[in-house]
Amino acid sequence: MKDKNNILNIENLVVYYETENGIIKAVNGIDLQLKKKKSIGLVGETGAGKTTTALAMLRLIPDPPGVIKSGVIELDGENILDKNTKELERIRGKDIAMIFQDPMTALNPVFTVGEQIAESILLHENVTKSEANKRAKEMLELVGISGYRVNDYPHQFSGGMKQRVVIAIALACHPKLLIADEPTTALDVTIQAQVLELMNELREKYETSLLMITHDLGIVAEVCDEVAVMYAGRIVEKGTLEDIFNETKHPYTEGLFNSLPNIKDRKAMLKPIRGLMPDPANLPVGCSFSPRCLYATDKCREKKPVPRWISDTHMVECTAYDDPLFHIERGK
Amino acid sequence: MANLIEVKNLKKYFNTSRGMLQAVDGISFNIEEGKTLGVVGESGCGKSTTGRSILRLIEPTSGEVYFDGRDLLKLNESELRKARKDMQIIFQDPFSSLDPRKTINQIISEPIIIHKLITNKKEREKRVLELMETVGLAERFFNTYPHELDGGRRQRIGIARALSVNPKFIVCDEPVSALDVSIQAQILNLLKELQKNLNLTYMFITHDLSVVNHFSDYIAVMYLGKIVEMAPAEELFTHPLHPYTTALLSAIPVPSLGEKTERIIIKGEVTSPINMPDECRFANRCMYVRDECKKRIPELREICTNHFVACEFPLGN
Repeated sequence: MKDKNNILNIENLVVYYETENGIIKAVNGIDLQLKKKKSIGLVGETGAGKTTTALAMLRLIPDPPGVIKSGVIELDGENILDKNTKELERIRGKDIAMIFQDPMTALNPVFTVGEQIAESILLHENVTKSEANKRAKEMLELVGISGYRVNDYPHQFSGGMKQRVVIAIALACHPKLLIADEPTTALDVTIQAQVLELMNELREKYETSLLMITHDLGIVAEVCDEVAVMYAGRIVEKGTLEDIFNETKHPYTEGLFNSLPNIKDRKAMLKPIRGLMPDPANLPVGCSFSPRCLYATDKCREKKPVPRWISDTHMVECTAYDDPLFHIERGK
Repeated sequence: MANLIEVKNLKKYFNTSRGMLQAVDGISFNIEEGKTLGVVGESGCGKSTTGRSILRLIEPTSGEVYFDGRDLLKLNESELRKARKDMQIIFQDPFSSLDPRKTINQIISEPIIIHKLITNKKEREKRVLELMETVGLAERFFNTYPHELDGGRRQRIGIARALSVNPKFIVCDEPVSALDVSIQAQILNLLKELQKNLNLTYMFITHDLSVVNHFSDYIAVMYLGKIVEMAPAEELFTHPLHPYTTALLSAIPVPSLGEKTERIIIKGEVTSPINMPDECRFANRCMYVRDECKKRIPELREICTNHFVACEFPLGN
């Protein structure tokens, strides 16, 4: 799948955490492509391997115990897994930047926000200190914070404002790819709406590609072009927004939708997915979702499912579709 | 049905070094027996303080809280302890609300021991197993510790603990916000089923509007210590009257395509609840603000049957 239009190309990525208590299989061979200027949502529950995937892209997997066992991660055609430490330092913050979930811990409390924004500009670009400070102030204004607050410290800002500062730091060097790991989970809804709008605006302005990690399908519908659903370290379904929201194929994706309260129909009963996520140190032999799946057959429990392309854009990894008549019944 | 809970002009102020923090500032509401009142609002609006003040887990500054006709705020310590048997709370974070040094059995039986409900150890253990079954916990967890369990199971322990004394009323303070969606749905369904079977009355505190809509009979929207709007759930979602409610509703990201409604993005952030001026508390963020809004604090008034709003110029009127 080499394509010049891809900013990101991940092939067969496998990441394990090798601990004393066994091997935790966090990411088990995922393939993911993202076109330039597009955005993809990586959806899944706690422990699905979303954050591990993101950290692998930045080569920030804690090692030990984390090991990237195999795979290719190409950013704009270059394999990140081949880079040495020096090269990685040039890439991080310049070509690829990350926004973390919790803005309270992502900022350094002893430096002013201006210094923290200027830091990455000074690191990556050949500019003087005063030039970097000027750019930092501009970035601050761009994310909707008055420039005179450039010398304030993180504790002087509210949660929403801190997340704006984090966004300013991430976008200061106009990265090609932005990874946002649950960027609004810690924020109130009205502030979340402000931050999402800001991210959309800036992404358009700088033509940044976006990988958005979230558990919230509502946010995906709002900011993403494509969706990849992760479960137990595999991408079990991916496609365009229409593919996933209107032509749902995987029983797990169906379960996710049915678990959400419907704002339009308050009397509808929630249909939770039964059981729990499997232990990543002890995954089932066959399909990892089979113990919780309503449609699972013996075949599902014995054989690992393989990717199946339903259309040019829509992939599902589910053995049940071996039967051409199989279909899920997504509760409306 | 009669009201199980009647709250009148409840206030909770905190004295801080920068001035008086008006966390809950004169709110009144009733909850009918067997029903759920949902309380929504953003961080710092006073929703948790309200829940805790009602149970007197923190002492309210003033007001009246009638439980089954009795004013809880007038009870002395031993009377209050007895009254607590009828009212329980489920906390947000199942990771910090369970004692890590106690087994599941010990956690669930503690309230039974305190209230001297079952003194025989064998019978008490039988009751604990019964409760575990009610909330969907397998018997094998009887002697395990909280750290061995995931968030959903821990929240089930919190629910079993609350149920152990056969309460009539439970304050659910963000009981599902720390959980994944698939687990969240399991817990919401469990709480609903328990309500139906045990005729429980809930006060359901949350910041998640789609959850509150699904779960509640009535909804109160709070903003900076005040109830700004209160109505039956269906009515509130279809005919919101307060500008803050409409903004909140429009800010929910909807997990479906093709029904994008115009989003109202309110500017700015919640102001400090310390030494607030006598004006509408939403005035500085409101897109419909007029001079009158800055002259006094609007009263909560009934616009149509059961629909209350605290706004000088409610929408649609």
